[in-house]
Amino acid sequence: MYQILKQIIKTGIKTETPPQTDEAMRHVEQRLQQEILDAFGGALAIRQVDAGSCNGCELEIHAVSNAYYNLEGLGIRFVASPRHADLLLVTGPVSRHMEIALKRTYDATPEPKLVVAIGDCACDGGIFGESYATCGKISNVIPVDVVVKGCPPTPSAILQGILTAISAKK
Amino acid sequence: MPIKHPNLKLSRLTDALPAWTGDISPDDLHEICRQVHDGGGRLVALWGSDARLQSGGFKLHLVLVNETGMVCLNVTLSAEQPMYPDISQIFPAANRMQRATYDLLGIYAQEGHDHRKWLRHGAWHSGSFPLRKDFDAAASRIPLPNPPPEGEGTTVPSPAETGDKDKFYEPDDYGFVRVEGQGVHEIPVGPVHSGIIEPGHFRFSIIGERVLRLEERLGYVHKGIEKRFESMSLQQGAKLAGRVSGDSTVAYAWAYAMAAESIAGVTPPKRALWLRALLLERERVANHLGDLGYLGNDVALSFGLSQFWILKEQVLRNNATVFGHRYLMDKIVPGGVTVNLDVEGKHIIERECDMLEQQVRLLRGIYDEHAGMQDRFIGTGRVEPKLAAQLGLCGLAGRASAQAWDARVQFACAPYDKLNVQMATYRNGDVAARVIVRFDELFESLRLQSEILAKLVNEEDTPLLLEKLPGNGFGIGMVEGWRGEVLVAIHTDAEGNLTRVHPHDPSWQNWPLLEHAVIDNIVPDFPLINKSFNLSYSGQDL
Repeated sequence: MYQILKQIIKTGIKTETPPQTDEAMRHVEQRLQQEILDAFGGALAIRQVDAGSCNGCELEIHAVSNAYYNLEGLGIRFVASPRHADLLLVTGPVSRHMEIALKRTYDATPEPKLVVAIGDCACDGGIFGESYATCGKISNVIPVDVVVKGCPPTPSAILQGILTAISAKK
Repeated sequence: MPIKHPNLKLSRLTDALPAWTGDISPDDLHEICRQVHDGGGRLVALWGSDARLQSGGFKLHLVLVNETGMVCLNVTLSAEQPMYPDISQIFPAANRMQRATYDLLGIYAQEGHDHRKWLRHGAWHSGSFPLRKDFDAAASRIPLPNPPPEGEGTTVPSPAETGDKDKFYEPDDYGFVRVEGQGVHEIPVGPVHSGIIEPGHFRFSIIGERVLRLEERLGYVHKGIEKRFESMSLQQGAKLAGRVSGDSTVAYAWAYAMAAESIAGVTPPKRALWLRALLLERERVANHLGDLGYLGNDVALSFGLSQFWILKEQVLRNNATVFGHRYLMDKIVPGGVTVNLDVEGKHIIERECDMLEQQVRLLRGIYDEHAGMQDRFIGTGRVEPKLAAQLGLCGLAGRASAQAWDARVQFACAPYDKLNVQMATYRNGDVAARVIVRFDELFESLRLQSEILAKLVNEEDTPLLLEKLPGNGFGIGMVEGWRGEVLVAIHTDAEGNLTRVHPHDPSWQNWPLLEHAVIDNIVPDFPLINKSFNLSYSGQDL
């Protein structure tokens, strides 16, 4: 216990300032009213869905929770069920074998809800494209609010995408 | 030469590895496999190709290894009856690979007792095979039931009920083995899991909290990677290879480059090889740090997660500063590397290695001394060495169950032949053993990085650019990634285009062992056991 406490104190606080929102990431205009956004901004619950990624994007989504980006410090957390979620963070391309599961996950998420597509493959199909086995980008399967490009996008970009999704249009 | 058989003529590949290839007829397959198996050899990969245009039939390819080298056997199959004898009785790991090969190419194992589909869920018709050259993607597509059901997600009318079998996509008709008896019940989990993790389905049969049986159903992230390769240039293929499993991008890119260089008969410049090894060890360090953090978190020591992920983030940031990408994607290309290392970069890595050495030692002390943590680790998710050997457990998990195999040691190709890698092995085969192997390998990777930096040739290389491969070529590359051996095989057509590329992930071998590891454990320990293996879904679903 002493070692753990000593290490925590020695490590100190690593958290950096969160990035600004970026209007260029919007796929569609903000649909939600200010009151809802305020509520989301206070405590946002995210359900992550891997709809067919190579797992590179997942590595960076994990990293958003580390001490540097400190997602939970902003009142945002990942939840275990879509029924508890306000926002879906989806990586792709959507494989045809995940098409039904993704639609069901979307349907199970209560309104009002937001969808953020993470990574080049989620935004436009990426290197995998559309084929006998993939549907390509996420918006081919469910409505998308914000897209975050990158292969994989950096944790800052992912955080920026999430914050943009819950910000009002400027 | 690793295998001797009267009907087998082996020819040596111009490869960085001791590799041979030879053609056999299906009749000799059993005998040769048995011989390799009895001599302590293993099956590494199995795939098929459509060679009807060249030789009038299909081909089955399998890579076997033993201590002296690796052999790729090519089995010629007829176009009308493309079948071969089932080898899963000799190498159990072949079971899923054989089923996947049928789903994608329509060649099948005779007398096999398990003919359930594996990679095909119903996105395309059962009679059409994506990897055949005459595959018609549009005609074989099975649409979703339309309109999609509202609200209650689980009540899609079954196509069998509506009489539309094979007309609509049927996601759930997989023949799971049922465990029956008083008090047994099932927990279906996935494909969408509760954490940030790739999709797959797990069917637990349990009594109370105790797991009687786990059955995996994978293939959800099947993206048609192998078909995609066929339309790509050599350079595009390198990018795709680096995205078969994102966490092993360096290992895949290197294995792909090694296969291409083998076909072209060239050796990359020395400095490029040293840099490749540096990148591979950095990938290993980053992944081991992440896993050690999560293993702490899974036994409720979130301190471990935050500490190890601070260290991992520092490694990733240094990767971005020195090499321009946090996960080192697209830095290895056929013929060489696209990065260089200047004096400043060298200092950054040296300082990082010193810092990690000291910090990880301290954290390891805390993990070792933490009674609650060790109580959850020790004896959990055990794979006995005997079972590991029987089923072909490989890579990191294999080494934690006394399977002393590391491609950097057995087939030490440049620059590993000058590095004298110390293999980490342990006998217990439980979560604790897999944690120990990770710690040991992490320290070894730090040592290797220092040694690479010291030995890195300073001379300016003349870059070797591989534009195109020779025609009718075949090459294999195998690299010990952080999870285990990653293999990439490339076949070229008469013009030198990619006609078949097969990437093989060690997860193929290790997923079935996870089913064994959880038997008799409690359900709440499953996430911990699963994380201790940390297998790739994307890498095996392709």
